[in-house]
Amino acid sequence: MFLRILSLIIKELLASARDPQTRWVVLFSPPFLLVIYAFAITQEISSVNLGVYTQDRGAEARALISRFEGSPIFEDIIYLRSDSEIPAAIDARSVDLVLRIGPDFSRTLERGEHATVQLILDGRASNAAQILAGYSGRIVQNFNEETAAALGIPPLTKLVTRVWYNPNLDPLWSAVPALFAVLTAIVGFMVSALSIARERELGTFEQLLVSPLRPTEILIGKAVPALLIGLASATAMLILGWLVLDVPLRGSLILLYASMVVYLAAIIGIGLFISSLAATQQQAIIGLFIYMMPAVLLSGYATPVANMPDWLQVLSETNPIMHFIVISKAVYMKDAPAELFIHHTWPMAVIAVVTLTAGAWLFRRRMS
Amino acid sequence: MPGPLVQIDQLTKRFAQGNLAALDDVTASVSAGEVTGLVGPDGAGKTTLLRLIAGLLVPNTGKITVQGLDPVSDARAVHRIVSYMPQRFGLYEDLSVQENLTLYADLRSVTGADRDDAFERLLRFTGLTDFKKRLAGALSGGMKQKLGLACALIKTPDLLLLDEPSVGVDPISRRELWRMVYDLVDQGIGVVWSTAYLDEAERCARVLLLNEGSLLYAGSPQDLTDRVAGRTYQIRHISTDRRKVLSEATKLDGVIDGVIQGSRVRLVLAEGAEPPSLDLLDAGDQSEMALTPPRFEDAFMDLIGGGFKANSPFADRQDAATHTVDKVVEANALTRRFGDFIAADDISFDVGRGEIFGLIGPNGAGKSTTFKMLCGLLRPSAGSARVVGLDLQNAPSKARGRIGYMAQKFSLYGDLSVRQNLDFFAGVYGLRGQVRKAAIERMIDTFGLSDKLIVNALSLPLGYKQRLALACAVMHDPDVLFLDEPTSGVDPRTRREFWTHINAMVANGVTIMVTTHFLDEAEYCDRIALIYRSRMIASGSPDDLKESARAHGLEDPTLEDAFIALVEQSDREREAA
Repeated sequence: MFLRILSLIIKELLASARDPQTRWVVLFSPPFLLVIYAFAITQEISSVNLGVYTQDRGAEARALISRFEGSPIFEDIIYLRSDSEIPAAIDARSVDLVLRIGPDFSRTLERGEHATVQLILDGRASNAAQILAGYSGRIVQNFNEETAAALGIPPLTKLVTRVWYNPNLDPLWSAVPALFAVLTAIVGFMVSALSIARERELGTFEQLLVSPLRPTEILIGKAVPALLIGLASATAMLILGWLVLDVPLRGSLILLYASMVVYLAAIIGIGLFISSLAATQQQAIIGLFIYMMPAVLLSGYATPVANMPDWLQVLSETNPIMHFIVISKAVYMKDAPAELFIHHTWPMAVIAVVTLTAGAWLFRRRMS
Repeated sequence: MPGPLVQIDQLTKRFAQGNLAALDDVTASVSAGEVTGLVGPDGAGKTTLLRLIAGLLVPNTGKITVQGLDPVSDARAVHRIVSYMPQRFGLYEDLSVQENLTLYADLRSVTGADRDDAFERLLRFTGLTDFKKRLAGALSGGMKQKLGLACALIKTPDLLLLDEPSVGVDPISRRELWRMVYDLVDQGIGVVWSTAYLDEAERCARVLLLNEGSLLYAGSPQDLTDRVAGRTYQIRHISTDRRKVLSEATKLDGVIDGVIQGSRVRLVLAEGAEPPSLDLLDAGDQSEMALTPPRFEDAFMDLIGGGFKANSPFADRQDAATHTVDKVVEANALTRRFGDFIAADDISFDVGRGEIFGLIGPNGAGKSTTFKMLCGLLRPSAGSARVVGLDLQNAPSKARGRIGYMAQKFSLYGDLSVRQNLDFFAGVYGLRGQVRKAAIERMIDTFGLSDKLIVNALSLPLGYKQRLALACAVMHDPDVLFLDEPTSGVDPRTRREFWTHINAMVANGVTIMVTTHFLDEAEYCDRIALIYRSRMIASGSPDDLKESARAHGLEDPTLEDAFIALVEQSDREREAA
């Protein structure tokens, strides 16, 4: 029996290694995608054009504008000559935000009173607008403090921000762990969901069914190679994230790998279940995408699970990707405690047991 | 007299630089008002030639004209006069018969009264009037081909190209298809019928015989057949083992080809050779050597230089099949239901050690269902299937370990090398250590695979694929070998090689179960069961079945005649009841 399963495992691995398509899709493309996506989804804002419309030629106004000019984030400063130019500039996206200074700004400040400036942002790019608002706010705050000091007014409260786990708020640090979890799932899904459907389409599956192999043995012989391939691909991504993308790994690798085996088992269980339902590879791929799209979108990869309606949150407990993203982020960003692993690993173990058993059952049913 | 409908001049088509040419310097013509047979095994270039004529491919060198038009540069004009029915089923399985016809009428811009006339005429012509509402996917193989033909005829073409219309079609539907094609020819249409079945060549006015991309022969089939006239013999009334007689006969220099036909052995002699002595062949006292009319296939074998001559290394082995059970395969009241539909109904038979047993029958009649239940691919709804005394339900893994299985389609791992495929199947059948090594070595020797070991199975030539598939199926010395349409589309020489191996294994006590469409192949069987409408309507030796057709007034019936006679008789009995 072990010889039979071993033969099947060797065959699966050889077939994946020798088929150029599988080799590319499964082994090389996920690490490649990790790098591409990591840079593409970066939330960093660069090459921003600032529009300035000032009706005040006083020293204070010029000092504030020069602070904006000195900031590395603003690439071009475009001076507007009238109010009516503002909407045109924003609409044409020739500027991303406009700083508008009224006629009595310098005079009000010199009198020691509160002055206001206006910041006009482009809400069509809401994420960028938020970041720019925060950034501009900090420039104005610094300006305030120094002006106050120069006037001899003591500062009232000062907010000091420290970001834990990602002190520089490097967007790569938060993107890579989530991507790692999602791409590992995609590898596991692809290898397992196509494997049986492919053999069924090529006619080799009947050849397996008439051999002494039992359905459970076929299932094990299909799941183990997929697991090994998934682990290999995940390892490549870990190394790449560490060496090329410079994202630190702070947690325990042993715990990470232990939970990753369970994670992949759950993923492969779902993949094999879909595969034994499908008669052709095309059906398997369609089935896979029907499952994968919502599973990825609702995994907390793009939006926090806590923001979802309650019933969806309950449902997402059955989503292995959701659990593994939590673990992956914890391992990357902080040295997570063992309880966190256990808390998120046992639901994945349940999913694995249920889907693999269902796959074996479906298998046996389809045989008769 | 007008020129030919299609003129092909020094045509060469290569799919990739450096590859073998799919068609190599072919010059031929097709005339209106007759059937031109495009004959050759799979991979000979038949489909490529049809697609070139239809303007779907561009030739590398050479020229084709259809009524003086170039199919590529005058594509629109050519498409108006040519209809092409692709291989397999080129229709929409999820649309009904009527919807498929309507779709093709729209595509061909046949509208108004013409359209109604065309539907009426074609449905009557193809006998599909009662099935207008049925989904095309639910039709039998023969009806699908008829529907395909109807769709190709929506607008009466000058030239009709049919790519292997008889594949997957039972003998009865095949005769009907031919009758329809003759009707079309009488209307002046030129028909090109491509086929891998050599017996169909005899029904054509002219044949173009292709092999590995080159044109071997162009002309009337009778002229080619006449070349071997007086050189074809049958050895009749053999009282010894006819398979041994065949194997002895094909070793002789004067014999260029030999096959088994029921209880008889058919031989084709070399030019000027005398028929071999019956004593030499050890054919028994009553045996006689009788001159028999030549067939197209005899001439084809003569043309390619004769059949497979080597001896099978299986003949020298005496260690196979060690079991002692008499009934190697038993079907006991096998029944299988799919919902309300009974696919196999109460089928029983026994197959003894060293016997070749064939299951034949029209598509969808239940022969595949029965076959699948016997090799454990399908669970019977009632009754039981046993192999060497082991029930396939109670001891499936153990029973399957005694079975070898070779599927119709090449079903080994294309991305694995020959060696890796052998290793895999050795492992799956639990061979280990010295036994495994010896088994793999033996297969490599037997099938001459030693210089192909590192080649990917997918890129092997067809003949080698066939050998590798057989090697993987018999490596573990099975007691029973299941063959599902083993040689469909294979060239006649490879088919003879295949059966040489099978015959040698049978001599060693291996039992063979075979399903086939190809009735020449059924001639190799010791016994045949004919499955029709889910029931076994006849069983016996090929000669027994022919005998029952003789009772219906045919003088020297072929197995195909017998098949049709028995099926028609069953239909009459069913109507009477």
